[in-house]
Amino acid sequence: MKIVAAYPESLTDKEFHYCPGCTHGIIHRLVAEVIDELGVRKDTIGVAPVGCAVLAYDYFNCDMHEASHGRAPAVATGIKRVHQDKVVFTYQGDGDLASIGTAEIVHAANRGELISTVFVNNAIYGMTGGQMAPTTLDKQKTTTSPYGRDKGLAGNPIKISEMLAVLDGPAYIARVSVHDPKHIRQAKKAIQKAFQVQLEGKGFATVEVLSSCPTNWGMSPVQALKWLAENMLDVYPLGVFKEVD
Amino acid sequence: MVDKVLMKGNEAIAEAAIKAGCRYFFGYPITPQNALPEYMSKRLPEVGGVFLQAESEVAASNMVYGAAGAGARVLTSSSSPGISLKMEGISYIAGAELPAVIVNIMRGGPGLGGIQPSQADYFQATKGGGHGDYRLAVLAPSSVQEAVDLTIDAFDIADRYRNPVMILGDGMIGQMMEPVEFKQEIDPADLPLKEWATDGARGRKPNIINSLFLDPQKLEDHVMKLEDKYKQMKANEVRYELYKMDDAELAVVAYGTTARISISAVDMARKKGIKAGLIRPISLFPFPEKVINETAEQVVNFLTVEMSTGQMVEDVRLAVNGEKPVYFYGRTGGMVPSPEEILAEIEKIGGVKR
Repeated sequence: MKIVAAYPESLTDKEFHYCPGCTHGIIHRLVAEVIDELGVRKDTIGVAPVGCAVLAYDYFNCDMHEASHGRAPAVATGIKRVHQDKVVFTYQGDGDLASIGTAEIVHAANRGELISTVFVNNAIYGMTGGQMAPTTLDKQKTTTSPYGRDKGLAGNPIKISEMLAVLDGPAYIARVSVHDPKHIRQAKKAIQKAFQVQLEGKGFATVEVLSSCPTNWGMSPVQALKWLAENMLDVYPLGVFKEVD
Repeated sequence: MVDKVLMKGNEAIAEAAIKAGCRYFFGYPITPQNALPEYMSKRLPEVGGVFLQAESEVAASNMVYGAAGAGARVLTSSSSPGISLKMEGISYIAGAELPAVIVNIMRGGPGLGGIQPSQADYFQATKGGGHGDYRLAVLAPSSVQEAVDLTIDAFDIADRYRNPVMILGDGMIGQMMEPVEFKQEIDPADLPLKEWATDGARGRKPNIINSLFLDPQKLEDHVMKLEDKYKQMKANEVRYELYKMDDAELAVVAYGTTARISISAVDMARKKGIKAGLIRPISLFPFPEKVINETAEQVVNFLTVEMSTGQMVEDVRLAVNGEKPVYFYGRTGGMVPSPEEILAEIEKIGGVKR
């Protein structure tokens, strides 16, 4: 008998705290499946962020280190420089990576730090209750942009993948989405690639994953996935922005 | 017999860290401690270590947080404004119970301040510095040799208590040259394995480095565990030096560079027939409160001398507990008190029964 689907060994049996319909659970599972398939669970150290995924250290069944807000790439750098033979990844949201942690992600990428970053972009601060994120879309309503984000006042949705791709350090930069099964399969391939380039010593890798936040967007899970597809894909086009052979 | 070499304080601290088995340094340039990272950038590759110039002090302290969690002996250094930025990482390092050594070569503040020697970061260093209920062990050298010895001890204390340790120097200690010897050399391979470290979960359950406790009872329990460590430090790690205190009627209390200058002032006072002595705290946390409290029975009064507007003097007053007057003399902003100025204060308050 061949097992075609099973619970990933790289996830603990702890129940996720995520809201119903949140896609963090899917992304956690994809990361765990990739770690399983590469056979590196016992050689992997993950760095958890501040934000909705703050408790990721309870869910990934490998060594974990909880970072302060935005600093996961710096923490991961410290770990990787000590254990150059281990696999080190960060799991970060958009408030964490694209706002307070921009210096850390840019410089980790630019150094070609041999770490892999999973960057979950749901265009809002989820954990703190739905405030505007740097990735919030123009005219999108949040608790700190109650009249809709005003570009003139609050700036523009920040395009992290495009920014990182112009640097020389990254080996792989891709943006994917998890709004339907086809895209979920593509997302997994991208996450696998991000870990693979680290194992091959090619350089830094980031996979930006477009994600939904039904609770703070004020939508049903199904509506939220539809909203993602209809609104976020135009601003945040999917694709591979950098890939080093 | 170990050969003595002439070294700048900043460089001697760096070499001492290497001798203590430290192979990782993460830092960011700031005057007057630049000779320390510069030395590390040259020396660490020679011993198979890693020097990394971070994008900011915030990033550097978080790299230290990562490397310390990964089980390494790790050092960072900075000067006052940079230490303020490092406080984010330092609070997490303390909260997650990780060993690390931080060097602060103090300069005048607040704000951008100046680049001359100062002791105005005493509060920040000894009262935690970052957010939350925690303390650093704080060691204050008053010579380059002592900076070497305390740096090596700092790594041991950090490992023993799983707590960050700060070497608190100033621009004078960092930049002056003195002969030093390195009495020991530790091979990092000989250091005991840190079973809690994130080095890959082979043959064990995953390790988690964390300072988050959402349940207030669990956080209180955790903070009380930290508090117990600080009580142990108070019992076991107090360091001080007494100079001419046997028959002293006036006790000068000073640390670091100011203590050196105060020794000259004490000698000058003695020549004038004033029975002055010096209590030099070496550990600023834990503070040598017992010896100061007991000295209150012996002396007429105390004079605390600092390169600040008066920070350690509060701890001296707490230790003296109202038993005797505690006077203060300080210069600040990068101004260094002269022995004559301190002598004038000693003469002003007398030091003899009136």
